[in-house]
Amino acid sequence: MSMLIDIGIAAWLRQPWPWYVAGPLIGLTVPALLIMGNKGLGISSSLRQIIAACLPGKVPFFQYDWKKEAWNLFFVTGILAGGWVAANLLGNPSPLRVDPALVQEMHGYGVEDTGNLLPGDLFSWRALLTLKGWIMMVVGGFLVGFGTRYAGGCTSGHAIRGLSTLQWPSLVATVAFMGGGFFMANLVLPAILKL
Amino acid sequence: MRGYFKYLINGMIFGIVLVKSEIISWWRIQEMFRLQSFHMYGVIGSAVAVGIVSVWVIKKFDIRAAGGERIRIPQQKFHKGQVYGGVLFGFGWAITGACPGPLFAQVGAGFTVVVVTLAGAIAGTYIYGVLREKLPH
Repeated sequence: MSMLIDIGIAAWLRQPWPWYVAGPLIGLTVPALLIMGNKGLGISSSLRQIIAACLPGKVPFFQYDWKKEAWNLFFVTGILAGGWVAANLLGNPSPLRVDPALVQEMHGYGVEDTGNLLPGDLFSWRALLTLKGWIMMVVGGFLVGFGTRYAGGCTSGHAIRGLSTLQWPSLVATVAFMGGGFFMANLVLPAILKL
Repeated sequence: MRGYFKYLINGMIFGIVLVKSEIISWWRIQEMFRLQSFHMYGVIGSAVAVGIVSVWVIKKFDIRAAGGERIRIPQQKFHKGQVYGGVLFGFGWAITGACPGPLFAQVGAGFTVVVVTLAGAIAGTYIYGVLREKLPH
């Protein structure tokens, strides 16, 4: 009996988790970090931390005592490890389910790999050697790093923590994230994918 | 070092949730920006709702941080970067299908090429640091 329950739980954990499980767990990270040590959830600042720790150079923005905020380097290392655990021990055996209209649109751009979390057509070492793949990864990554630091935070720092603590500048930032995303995904990305 | 172990564990749980809820999927982000799925709106909306209630409870009952310290919530100041930078990040989010947290989780989940995207994000952060004084804030 208990073995049957164990199998049931394992099978459930391997399924994709619904939003009403994932969202509250993410939301609880805000009080968890506050109670653990008065830390504010924010992931993009770890990128600044990596630079401050490894190659600060003569740029004042990277000359600060990064060790005081070292906790967030442990946090992102944890995210990396969690990614491994989720993919290797709790991996979903079935292909990803994607909206049929999106699948059809992407087939039109030659993106065929719809069953994985990331399409290998666009995100792979082979794709990196193509203009399209280079733009998707290198230029896209650059915009994520530049934009989040300029905005003073990303989805976690502004949208989750900022809104949880009712800060209106974070609402402005979140609206800007979404506006930029809608514009790019619908009006510009199709042209990039046609390259 | 020992004091940091809890953040490693918390990050690990966070990473598992990011992967298992498929938030790290490029497809889910495309569906969000094309209004083809409720999933991402449900995740972010319920995360914020739980966050608001938790922070309210912390304040209401004066719950302290480990060690008895009072909980501090620094106030954000508005500056133009939240608009300009926010839009630029939105562009990057739609292209890569990932914000910074998912980039780390994708690498962990075995998408090794994402170290390139992460390096791009670190380069972007660096260039922001160099240009900071010249940008409108």
